[in-house]
Amino acid sequence: MSAVASHKKPPRVGDGPVFRRLLIGIVLSLGALLILAPLLVIGHEAFKQGVKVYTSTLNHPDTRHAIMMTVITALIAVPVNTAFGVAAAWAITKFDFRGKRLLLVVIEIPFSVSPIVAGVAYLFVYGLQGLFGPWLDAHDIKILFALPGIVLASMFVTAPFVARELIPLMQAQGRDLEEAATSLGASGWRTFFSVTLPNVKWALLYGVVLCNARVMGEFGAVSIVSGNIRGQTNTLPLHIELLYHDYQAAGAFASASILALLAVFTIIAKVALERRGAGRRKAQATDAVSTGH
Amino acid sequence: MEIRLDNVIKTFDTFRAVHGVSLTVESGELIALLGPSGSGKTTILRMVAGLEYADGGHIYFGDQDATDIPVRDRGVGFVFQHYALFPHMTVAENIGFGMSVSKVKRSKAEIAARVNQLLKLVRLEGLGDRFPAQISGGQRQRVALARALSVDPKVLLLDEPFGALDANVRHDLRRWLREIHDELGITTIFVTHDQEEALDLADRVVILKDGKIVQQGTPQEVCRDPKNAFVLKFLGDANRLIGEVRDGQARVAGVAVAAADGVADGPAEIYARPRDLDWSAAGPGVSATVSRVLDRPGERRVIATASTGELLEFDVDPERDITAGDTGFVTLRRAKVFAI
Repeated sequence: MSAVASHKKPPRVGDGPVFRRLLIGIVLSLGALLILAPLLVIGHEAFKQGVKVYTSTLNHPDTRHAIMMTVITALIAVPVNTAFGVAAAWAITKFDFRGKRLLLVVIEIPFSVSPIVAGVAYLFVYGLQGLFGPWLDAHDIKILFALPGIVLASMFVTAPFVARELIPLMQAQGRDLEEAATSLGASGWRTFFSVTLPNVKWALLYGVVLCNARVMGEFGAVSIVSGNIRGQTNTLPLHIELLYHDYQAAGAFASASILALLAVFTIIAKVALERRGAGRRKAQATDAVSTGH
Repeated sequence: MEIRLDNVIKTFDTFRAVHGVSLTVESGELIALLGPSGSGKTTILRMVAGLEYADGGHIYFGDQDATDIPVRDRGVGFVFQHYALFPHMTVAENIGFGMSVSKVKRSKAEIAARVNQLLKLVRLEGLGDRFPAQISGGQRQRVALARALSVDPKVLLLDEPFGALDANVRHDLRRWLREIHDELGITTIFVTHDQEEALDLADRVVILKDGKIVQQGTPQEVCRDPKNAFVLKFLGDANRLIGEVRDGQARVAGVAVAAADGVADGPAEIYARPRDLDWSAAGPGVSATVSRVLDRPGERRVIATASTGELLEFDVDPERDITAGDTGFVTLRRAKVFAI
């Protein structure tokens, strides 16, 4: 078949040259406008007044404290939500019990609820006028306007991430592997660590990465429960907002660049993970083909 | 080891999957649970394994009541329809898994030696370093069998072991499984919906329907003396004619066949295998018109409509010249008669 002849073939569905160029053009320009431009602005604004201003902003105690708060929150919320996600995925995919569908819906709620609603809800549960407020106050336990509140709100918002990655995969894998391992004499823990975990590790890591990104970036829920006390209960996103409202644009953008950097690292990690997962699957598939039957 | 099921019951939600099944599998026997889907055969197998708990009744392994022993401690080897090999482990690691998690501690060298022995048994020497995705379906099922045997199980349980394989591989593996069984003498129960597989492989066939045992016996017994029309139809193609029994003779459109003792006079179903029907251009017999001829490697299958309205299927020699539209007469050489 000559090249000329192949040019004469009618386009397949949505394959016309005009349509194709139009579509690609729209996507590229929108991508540049909506995603790339703001990121570039952050970099530009952060360094506009020189590297010195940039580093001095980052060295400011309030900024460093905000970074610390964000990191500590992530260090607590991500492992807890990972454990929750694994447990929930295991329960839903490997057991049959009443209320299974309900649990699936409950896990999804944080995705559909605005984070600000979660924050307000926490206020009503743990606040002074709230459900447990008087009791907590009497026992001198501070949850709101302190780290525990921030961690709780972050955990609420990011609860579904790990479970959502794991459930479809573990559902597709079924129970055969675990049943096989158990029939061979493996204990529950042994089955989990030797059989289940190795088969879901890429999805699990992906979920953890996404969960981490969201914890570090969470604004709405945290802003309600933290009380925005500078140098005490400010996380990085809250700190950025505060700086911005104080007309400290350079500081705000410098802090934002840290957050953006964290996000970029997260994306790189995610792509690397996906590529590893895909590469492995591909290698197995080609091996299987070359071996034949 | 002898396996005994005593009035075993299993209910899923509101659906009763197994209705009081009692069955004895003798030590060293190879037995097939045969039935259509939904007949409860896999559920029975999974209860013997301990992968499902029985809601009622008892399961004995020898003299021991195993009903409540968890699968982990029950000492069964289970082979899954879709192999269930651990995809992230090599063939050798798969086979060695049961030994490495066992309460009986073994050295690495011991495990490796046993794995090699098992690889040899299933004729996969040299493939120990491959991953499951790198071997064929038939090879995978052999690895699954080696893995199940690695824990020296008291009983080997196979759930539709050849269901996911193509016909030729299935045929070879069937013969091979029988050889392995004869060599090891391990009590084996396997589940299948393929009657040919069950008859080919098993010492005894247990035919199930709607969670109950309909008939059990050697392949010869169930083939020659099916207890009812369900068993007869399930074991192979059969033509059904309605006739009349009188004085031990069943008559249908002028053709008479002997009915078994105990079939009362009156209307009866007459079943005949396609090979048991003869075709002739001139009478006597049931007159019929050929509607289709299907060519098969060993014979020609003729589908004809009888003058009484029934669809008849019968086989003729490959050389026989017969085409759609031909008319002729069908006689019964052999048939089973059941009272309606």
